[in-house]
Amino acid sequence: MNLFTYILLGLLLVCAIAVSFTKKLLNSIIVFMSYSLIMSIIWILLESPDLAITEAAVGAGVTSVLFFVTLKKIHAIDEEDKDE
Amino acid sequence: MSRRISNEENEQRFSVRAKRFISGEQRKYREEEEIRVPLEYVPDEEKNKKNKEDMENMLSKAYDLDENRSLRFFRHFYRIAALLCCIMLVAILLIEVSYLPPVGSANKPTNNEVTQKYIEDGLTDTGGINIVGGMILNYRAFDTFGETNVLYIATCCVMILLLVEDKPMRKLLKMDDRSFEPKSDIILQKIAMFLVPIVFMFGLYVMFNGHLGPGGGFAGGSMIGAGLILYVSAYGTKKTQRFFNEKIYTIIKVASLCIYGVLMIYFFYTGANGLDNHIPLGTPGHIFSAGLILPINILVGLEVACTMYAFYALFRRGDI
Repeated sequence: MNLFTYILLGLLLVCAIAVSFTKKLLNSIIVFMSYSLIMSIIWILLESPDLAITEAAVGAGVTSVLFFVTLKKIHAIDEEDKDE
Repeated sequence: MSRRISNEENEQRFSVRAKRFISGEQRKYREEEEIRVPLEYVPDEEKNKKNKEDMENMLSKAYDLDENRSLRFFRHFYRIAALLCCIMLVAILLIEVSYLPPVGSANKPTNNEVTQKYIEDGLTDTGGINIVGGMILNYRAFDTFGETNVLYIATCCVMILLLVEDKPMRKLLKMDDRSFEPKSDIILQKIAMFLVPIVFMFGLYVMFNGHLGPGGGFAGGSMIGAGLILYVSAYGTKKTQRFFNEKIYTIIKVASLCIYGVLMIYFFYTGANGLDNHIPLGTPGHIFSAGLILPINILVGLEVACTMYAFYALFRRGDI
């Protein structure tokens, strides 16, 4: 269990650094999403499942969706169906 | 004694003016005031030309790195200063963290009589098995009430900024059609058909079991909001507005906050801990127990679900 926690904490660090160093905005949002997911697993290991539920729903779900919508509004995501 | 009052007098009355202000009618201008038609704007060609030349001159001189020595110096200086600031901040924070007591040690300052009281008397005081839920909604009810108000105000601000009210404007901005939504993606629809009921059911379960297990109003509400977002992105606005349109949204949001406020006024008025005399706590472990915690959980959940969905809808379309 201890080793698993260390692996998760290492991944957390990697994610946190990768968010600021990725060139594409879309990729950085996805990395940020995975950061929230790892954080929710860590909350479960710290025996606070209610925080884990909230982190998974808000951090990985709603916040990222809002980021995606904003990126689409400011045309930072390439449109898939440009020719239509 | 009543008398007929003239029309003019009636207009001046406070109640009539207040009614008008609420219904959004514009105030009539007084007769003395006149609206002056502004003079027509005539562009001055020569001045415009001169301004443009000046601007170009300035820009070419300001960003000429070979000539402008101070700019070159400051570019280097800012880079080094930013790096130094970051390193200093990280170092200070790391040194501070090293002075903190380790996690779980017995003589931490947070391990005081407050925690002891919560753990020992939580079950008998609040009646909820989930001590965290009892703590948030009973001992610290004032905090939670403030947080719910913050959510409400945040949604109001987003609505002020992003809501596009009149329909011709929405058509002009191309917000009315499904141009921003996936065009009936069949994979998304089939998966949403399975997932959305499960998400809703789990959200309701977490919301209603806030006093019995982990979770509570905020977690359940955010789950229901996420389910609503999934449904909208799969099936589009029209199908969603059949059961969740702006009218229902307003009713739920305002009503839940008002009921919450009334309950909280009662709670604070009875001294925040004298509730057990008026509202029975019930047997711990049953679904109808723990006094006010269950209804407050439901109200908070409704509020949060509405907030989540409204953020998404307003960001996406400028309408709920």
